[in-house]
Amino acid sequence: MMMSDPDRRHGPDEGKVETSVDRRSLLINAGLTTMAAVSASVAGASSGFVERLLRTRFVELSAERKAEILDALERELSERYGREVTVADTPPMDGVEFGYGLDIARCVGCRRCVYACVHENNQSRDPQIHWIRVLRMEKQRGIELAESTAYYEPEKVPEPDAFYLPVACQQCRKPACVKVCPVKATWQEPDGIVVIDSDWCIGCRCCMSACPYGARHFNWTEPGIPSEEIKPDTHYFGNRPRPNGVVEKCTFCIHRTRKGRYPACVEICPVGARKFGNLLDEQSEMQYLMREKRVFVLKEDLNTQPRFYYFYAT
Amino acid sequence: MAGDFDEQPQNARDSRDLLPGSSSLAVLLIVFISLSLLTLFSIVHGGAGHVASDAGGTRAFGPADFPEIEFDRTLLPEVEAGGSADPEGVYRVRRPLAYEDYYPCSDCHADLEVNLERRELVEMHDDIVLNHGSKERWCFDCHNPEDRDRLRLANGELIGFDESYRLCGQCHGTIFRDWREGIHGRREGYWNGAKSYQLCAHCHNPHAPRFQAIEPLPPPVRPQFLRAEAQEEVDDDE
Repeated sequence: MMMSDPDRRHGPDEGKVETSVDRRSLLINAGLTTMAAVSASVAGASSGFVERLLRTRFVELSAERKAEILDALERELSERYGREVTVADTPPMDGVEFGYGLDIARCVGCRRCVYACVHENNQSRDPQIHWIRVLRMEKQRGIELAESTAYYEPEKVPEPDAFYLPVACQQCRKPACVKVCPVKATWQEPDGIVVIDSDWCIGCRCCMSACPYGARHFNWTEPGIPSEEIKPDTHYFGNRPRPNGVVEKCTFCIHRTRKGRYPACVEICPVGARKFGNLLDEQSEMQYLMREKRVFVLKEDLNTQPRFYYFYAT
Repeated sequence: MAGDFDEQPQNARDSRDLLPGSSSLAVLLIVFISLSLLTLFSIVHGGAGHVASDAGGTRAFGPADFPEIEFDRTLLPEVEAGGSADPEGVYRVRRPLAYEDYYPCSDCHADLEVNLERRELVEMHDDIVLNHGSKERWCFDCHNPEDRDRLRLANGELIGFDESYRLCGQCHGTIFRDWREGIHGRREGYWNGAKSYQLCAHCHNPHAPRFQAIEPLPPPVRPQFLRAEAQEEVDDDE
């Protein structure tokens, strides 16, 4: 028996066994020491990091654990930005399903909504992330997504031969992004908002390739937001500054709409093209426009069944 | 069968002629070298340079670059007070624009003699250009000659400037209906409670109502310019 292992070559004699045991315990000890050192240095780097790795999904936690986590987040964000930041987890309201309407006969493509959204939802300034993308289309060609451009830059809008189609998350009833997520870090809430748990997202970006609307965006770095521009009133699933390496998207301004306010893009729109309301409420603007106007959804052939309706008011 | 075996060497020679070993290698080599040169060139000179510097989307802007735009909309105090608590919804109309400039009109007009003659205004209000059916319409179709602080409906009823939507709604009935339901025009406040409307005149100048073109905010940054250094490379090239 010719083996290269020096311990096994001479058979089972007492002294050799002793050194073999010694090596094993040495290895175990070394391993333990390394693990301790690694965990110590990781824990030293960021207090919440290890805790975040070990815990379960946010929605499955008890109320006390949630409160603790929100508290820790608030402390961390307040420290990072040097001002008071609050993180809430306002639950959905009963009997509410949100719907959004956008009048493409009115939209002038001025992009006020794009920047109001960045301001409201703490999107990264550098590198830039925009949740809303306004597509310019030729009137002659109609809605032709492949020929549209988001980089138009004329002196004044609207241009006579163009119309504009702002696109953000469509909050689908059958969201492809939710279906593909391997870790269930994104799901539909009872009020119809598709949310992401940024602490649970592994950054695989499957949802980005599944989304037919290009509505999801990736944080390639720690989001770059000057502390004086931070919007301090945040929601856990919404506009809190996201960590590095996770996906983010429009949440219908979850921190505003769950408290009754209109989304920021609705209020900023200078032509009033954006409408928002409860689809289940007969008195709401959404039900009126869906009864009275010509309504369509984007890429209806994919059967994603969006809650975002485009319409022509006139 | 024997004939088949005889023809075999002939076939072999044909295929040798078709692709002679050394020259095919040379052709492949040339193609390979030129492709790798192209790739190298595009790596060195490519990326940012593919987009014309005036094409838009080469520089990242943020909301802070537009201090003139009020991104945090301030609500009317009564809307803020009403909140979402009011199930019926409190609707407030924002203060008429006319109040900012001249109102009350009677400050001047009370002492002036009423001139019902249709004419070009020269002494005062000469900035008003009537482009709203100007052949069929003039001042006193909407303004009330006796009491200038009021507007006058077609049926003779006098209304305040804060109810001007009733005046506009006399002709623009379908738009008026949409506005009342919240489909036309901007609303601010609470989707399930108190909210404020704007008057027609907040967006449409009643004397020339077509919505005026506005300057768009800049486009998003193109993916190849996401890095801050990419913009510096463009600047260096110029």
